[in-house]
Amino acid sequence: MKKSMIKNGLLLAVFALFCTALVAVVNQQTFDKIKQQQQLELKRVLHQIIPDELHDNELTEYCILIHDEDALGIDEPLPSYIATKQSLPVAIAIEAVAPDGYNGNIRLVIGINTAGEVLGVRTLNHSETPGLGDKIDLRKSDWVLGFNRKSIQDEKDRLWHVKKDGGDFDQFTGATITPRAYVKAVKNALLYFNSNKDTLLTRPANCEVNYQ
Amino acid sequence: MNNELNEYKTIALQGLWKNNPGLVQLLGLCPLLAVTATLTNALGLGLATMAVLIGSNVLVSLVKDFVPREIRIPVFVMIIAALVTCVQLLINAYAYGLYLSLGIFLPLIVTNCVIIGRAEAFASRNSVVKSAFDGFMMGLGFLLVLSVLGASREILGQGTLFEGADLLLGDWAASLTIHLWQVDTSFLLAMLPPGAFIGMGFLIAFKNIVDKQIADHTTTPAVTETVTRARITKVS
Repeated sequence: MKKSMIKNGLLLAVFALFCTALVAVVNQQTFDKIKQQQQLELKRVLHQIIPDELHDNELTEYCILIHDEDALGIDEPLPSYIATKQSLPVAIAIEAVAPDGYNGNIRLVIGINTAGEVLGVRTLNHSETPGLGDKIDLRKSDWVLGFNRKSIQDEKDRLWHVKKDGGDFDQFTGATITPRAYVKAVKNALLYFNSNKDTLLTRPANCEVNYQ
Repeated sequence: MNNELNEYKTIALQGLWKNNPGLVQLLGLCPLLAVTATLTNALGLGLATMAVLIGSNVLVSLVKDFVPREIRIPVFVMIIAALVTCVQLLINAYAYGLYLSLGIFLPLIVTNCVIIGRAEAFASRNSVVKSAFDGFMMGLGFLLVLSVLGASREILGQGTLFEGADLLLGDWAASLTIHLWQVDTSFLLAMLPPGAFIGMGFLIAFKNIVDKQIADHTTTPAVTETVTRARITKVS
């Protein structure tokens, strides 16, 4: 009895090792390619939220890292991309995280012009419930377009909530947590931009983007 | 030799028709109903499931002699989970558009009962080659049901066929998209899960009608098969 338990336990461990090794190898083989795909996708998204006529630089090349857990929702440096025209900053695309979604972190990117007006918001990555919370994805619903041209006065702006909480943004039937987290993330990023505008837009590019 | 060939024929027939995972075993209903809104998505998930099914059947068949019965299920689950993760990484790297449109259903292949069902019922009792063939045929059966459902829902729902084929097959495939007619608003019932349930019902009914026709026309009863095959009736 005891012997078979040890034997089975060891056998399971061997299989676990083997399976982990398999996944590790595939992960290593595909890592660079996936990174590259994500960069391409990012470029496509940035292109959508900051219109071409506004700027004349390559967005992914002027990138700064911001590390602020309260504003961006994660205790890690996240990239922001600055759009310039004739070397003057005109807009910024801030990557942020909504940490309190229904299922894991929601990564999003917010385009803001120098007047503090939202140019556009897009979801980069999420694992919200299909059919309920995934309306934050532009492929599923045009909900994110509701942020366009919005701006914020101060922390107490009543409009920056879902309608259920008295604000200006629709919630989804059966899924209030997702839009609530999302609105909060956009709001925090916007407030952060408003109060740090001058230092942000004059920072030198300091993050390497391995875009090919 | 003849016997051998017959056996492969039986496996093929089981996977494609008699014991079709979609129509008869009713396994993997969750992805089946959720992603079949377009033919492209249906094909993508079908191919991914087929790849996992073949891989898991082969691996399970390879290790069946070392794995004691008591721990076979955790071992199968580990193998399947590792394979699904690998397929997910590969699709993420080489078919990014498809990865984005399949979303959460890709990792959810792991919960598709067809896969563990075939591992337990077939691969753990048969040779590697037969198991691979069984995985292929079961996967193909599943893929066909997904495709028929996906195509009919896409035609009814948005009047197109093969919308977004370039996500799956690369840029050249963009020209495969056929616009059958222009709809101002898509026919929602076909696009949403209820449409999938209804379409699925019609497919099963159609299969039953065909089966009945065949039974009526055959005067001599078919030779009874002695191969015992576990029929799994659990619905995922």
